[in-house]
Amino acid sequence: MKNSTRILILIVSLSMLAVYFTPIWEINLDAPQYPEGLGFEIWINRMTGDLKTVNGLNHYIGMKTIEPDSIKELQIMPYIVGFLILGGVLVSVIRKRKLFITWIIFYAISGIVGAVDFYLWEYDYGHNLNPDAAIKIPGMSYQPPLIGEKVLLNFTAYSYPSTGGIILISGILIAIIALIYDFRNYENKEKNI
Amino acid sequence: MQTMATMLLSLVVIAGGFSMYSGCGSKKGKGPLMESNAPSKVYVEPGKFDEFYSFVSGGFSGQMAVYGLPSGRLLKVIPVFSQNPENGYGYSEETKPMLNTSHGFIPWDDSHHSELSMKDGVPDGRWVFINGNNTPRVARIDLKSFRTVEIIEIPNSAGNHSSPFTTPNSEYVVAGTRFSIPVDNKDVPISTYKENFKGALSFIRVDQNSGEMSIAFQLITPPFDYDLSHSGKGPSDGWFFFSCYNSEQAHSLLEVNASQKDKDFILAVNWKKIEELIKQGKGTDKAVNYAHNKWNESTHSAESEIIKTVKTLTPADVSGTMFYIPCPKSPHGADVDPSGEYIVGGGKLATVIPVFSFSKMIKAIESKQFDGEIESIPVLKYESVLSGEVQNPGLGPLHTEFDDKGFAYTSMFVSSEIIKWKLDTKEVVDRMPAFYSVGHIMIPGGDSKKPWGKYLLIMNKITKDRFLPTGPELNQSAQLIDISGDKMKLLLDFPTVGEPHYAQALPGDMISKNQVRIFKIEDNKHPYALKSEKDARVERKGNEVHVYLSAIRSHLTPDNIEGIKVNDVVYFHVTNLEQDWDIPHGFAIKGNDNSELLVMPGETCTIKWTPKEAGIYPYYCTDFCSALHQEMQGYLRVSPKDSNVPLTFNSNK
Repeated sequence: MKNSTRILILIVSLSMLAVYFTPIWEINLDAPQYPEGLGFEIWINRMTGDLKTVNGLNHYIGMKTIEPDSIKELQIMPYIVGFLILGGVLVSVIRKRKLFITWIIFYAISGIVGAVDFYLWEYDYGHNLNPDAAIKIPGMSYQPPLIGEKVLLNFTAYSYPSTGGIILISGILIAIIALIYDFRNYENKEKNI
Repeated sequence: MQTMATMLLSLVVIAGGFSMYSGCGSKKGKGPLMESNAPSKVYVEPGKFDEFYSFVSGGFSGQMAVYGLPSGRLLKVIPVFSQNPENGYGYSEETKPMLNTSHGFIPWDDSHHSELSMKDGVPDGRWVFINGNNTPRVARIDLKSFRTVEIIEIPNSAGNHSSPFTTPNSEYVVAGTRFSIPVDNKDVPISTYKENFKGALSFIRVDQNSGEMSIAFQLITPPFDYDLSHSGKGPSDGWFFFSCYNSEQAHSLLEVNASQKDKDFILAVNWKKIEELIKQGKGTDKAVNYAHNKWNESTHSAESEIIKTVKTLTPADVSGTMFYIPCPKSPHGADVDPSGEYIVGGGKLATVIPVFSFSKMIKAIESKQFDGEIESIPVLKYESVLSGEVQNPGLGPLHTEFDDKGFAYTSMFVSSEIIKWKLDTKEVVDRMPAFYSVGHIMIPGGDSKKPWGKYLLIMNKITKDRFLPTGPELNQSAQLIDISGDKMKLLLDFPTVGEPHYAQALPGDMISKNQVRIFKIEDNKHPYALKSEKDARVERKGNEVHVYLSAIRSHLTPDNIEGIKVNDVVYFHVTNLEQDWDIPHGFAIKGNDNSELLVMPGETCTIKWTPKEAGIYPYYCTDFCSALHQEMQGYLRVSPKDSNVPLTFNSNK
C-alpha cells in the first residue's frame, strides 16, 4: 500500500467521526400550508425535526406513527460506524492489502444493507396502512422515495442525504478509487520487476 | 314656475348628496391634501409584512387593537379588560381571575392609552401597557404572545386617565386619577369636595426581568382632575409631568365650573427624589383593597390576589419634589420632546400652545420664582418656566407628538386639524385638516427619545361620511399621514375598533422575531392538562364533573359521554395536543350560557357548563382545523337528577 493511500484511508475514517454530530439523511415535505417547511432528519442514533407534526398529519392516511425509540437501526448504527472507523484506522496502520479489501467489502455491504433496510422501512410505512384511515384512495401508497422526490397527495416529499450521509457515501467511493489506484500501482511495479 | 323651482331644488339636493358620497373635492382630503402616489405608499403586497406594528387603544371596547402600518390592516384585537366570547377570555375558568377587582368580577372597561415598555428612553418591544379608565386598572400585555398577562387595580383612584405612561427604563408606570375622590372612599357629602376629596397619583414599579407590577407609592395631591402625563427623559429623567384641569375644584357642571380659571396646571413630580425620601422612611401605609391578577404561562391560568395596603405620601411628606406649572385653560396633553428639554401643554380651550423649558423650570425652582402654593405645593411663575408659546395654532390643542427632525405635531380638536411646528422657534410651518375632530395622534416612537418620523397616525373622534355608512353607529376613523417631507400628506383612512385614545408603534422586526408559535405540551403544568389522549377521561366529585378532553386533528376524546345529570356543574378541561403552529381547536356545547373556547396548541382551557334540562347535547370544535373539522364532534347525554345512568365515556366504540 502506498503511503498516500494510507493517509487517505486515515482521513476517510476519521472524517466519519463527524457522522456522530451531523444528520445522515433528511426528509422534507412541501405543502401549501407549510410555507415555513416541514421535515425531519435521521441521525446516527435519533431523529429530529417536525416528527410530531408529520405523525399528526400521517394519521389521516393511516400511516403508523414514527417512533424513534422503537427503531432498532438507530441503536445499531453507532456501533457499525464505530467499527468502520476503527477498521479504517487499522488498515492505515497495518498496511495489509487483504485487510484493506476486507474493510472495503464490509463498508460496502453495510451501505447496501443500510439502503435496503431504509427502503423496506419506507415501504412498510407507506404501504402498511390502517384500514380505518379517514382518507383512503384505492391504489394509493405513500412510500417516500429512497433518494429524490415524489408527490404524495398535497405533499411533495424530498429525500436526500445530509452531511453525515454525504460523508459516508463519499468515503466508500474514495476508498474504492484508492484501492483501484493502489492495484494499478502494484501491477505497474510488478511489470517493472 | 313652482315645478321648475322644485326641480332645481331637488337637483341641488341630489348633487349635494352625490358629492357627499363620492368623496370628491379637497375638503374631504383628496386632491392637494393627498400624496400623489399615496396608493403605492400604503400598499403592502400580498404575503409581505407591514413596516410597523401599531398598538391602538380600544376605548369603550376595553380592548387593544393591533394594526399594521402603513396598510391599516387589522392584525389582532387583544382582549384586555373586556370579556371576549370569541376565544373565551374572561369566560374560561383560567382567565376569569384576570378581571377580578375589589368590586368583584368586572368584565369590561374603557381602555384609554397604550404605552410600550422602554429601555434608555426608547421602546424595546417587550410589553405594552394599557389603562382601564372606569374601574382603575393597568394591564400589561406580553408582546411575545400578544396576551394580557397582568392587571393591577389602582386604589384611591377613580377614572384612571393619566396612565399608563412610563419612565425611560419602565422603572415605573404611572396612574393618575381623573376623578378626585376621598382617599379611603368614605361616605361624605359631595359638597365637602374641597376638604375631603383628593387626587391620587400612583407610581407602579415594574420588575425589569419579569415585568411584574406593584404599586410603589401614591402621592395624595389636591383634588384636581389629572388628565394626561409623560415622563421626563435625558436631562429631565427623574421627573414626571401630569396635566390637570378643574383647579376650580368644582364637583358639578364641570363644563362651566371647571372652565372659569385662565390657567390650570401641569404638575412636575421629581420621582427620583421621592424614592430617596421613601428610603428615609417617609410615607404612611394605608389600608386599602385592590386586586392584582397575574397570568401564569406554565399553568395557562391566572391568579388573583387582593392586596391590603398601599404607601401614600402627602405633599408635606415630600416637600421640594412637586411643583405646579400654570398652563392655559384645561390642559390635556403634557408631552415631553425627544431631547427632554421641552414640555408641551395642550390647553383644550386655549388659544396658544405653551412650551415649557425644563432647564428654566429647574432655575425657577432654585431661585424660588413662586406664585403662592396649593396645599404646600409651590406654584411656579408661568413666565419663569415658559420657553415660548405657539401663536395662532388653531382651536382646541389636545396632544403633541414629535418627529426626529425637531418638529412637533399637535392635534386641534375644535378646528379639526393637525399643525406642524418647529420646536425651537415655535413657528407653525404646516397645517392639514383632519376628518373629523382629531383626538390623539401618534408617531412611532413619537413620545420617546427616538421617533421613527415617517408616519403620523391620527385618531379622529367623529367619522360621519368617511366610509360607507353603517347606520347611526359608526366606527371611529384613523388617518395615516406621511410626514417624511416638508408638507404633511394624507395617505390613508381606515376604521378602528372602539374609540382609540392613543397608540404606540414599533418597527415590525423588533417584535415579530420574538413570537411564540405553540406552547410545549411537555411544559404544560395545568392541573387538568392531558399529555396524551390515552388519559382522556371523565371524573365525578359529588355534583361536580370534570371532563378531561383532548383535541387533536380531527377528534375530541372522549366523544360520547353519558351519566351527566341535570344541574351537575360540568367543567370541560380541553387540552389541545397539537404542536404545530396555527392549529388552534375550539370547543362549544349546545346551550352553554357561558361561552366557547379557543385553545392554542399545547394549552389547556376550561369552560364551565351547568345543564338545566335532560337530553342530548352535541359538542364540537369551532375552529376550522382540518379537512375533517366538521367530523370533530361529540355527544353528551344529560339525564334527570334522580336517574341511575352510569357515568361512561368513550371514543371510537
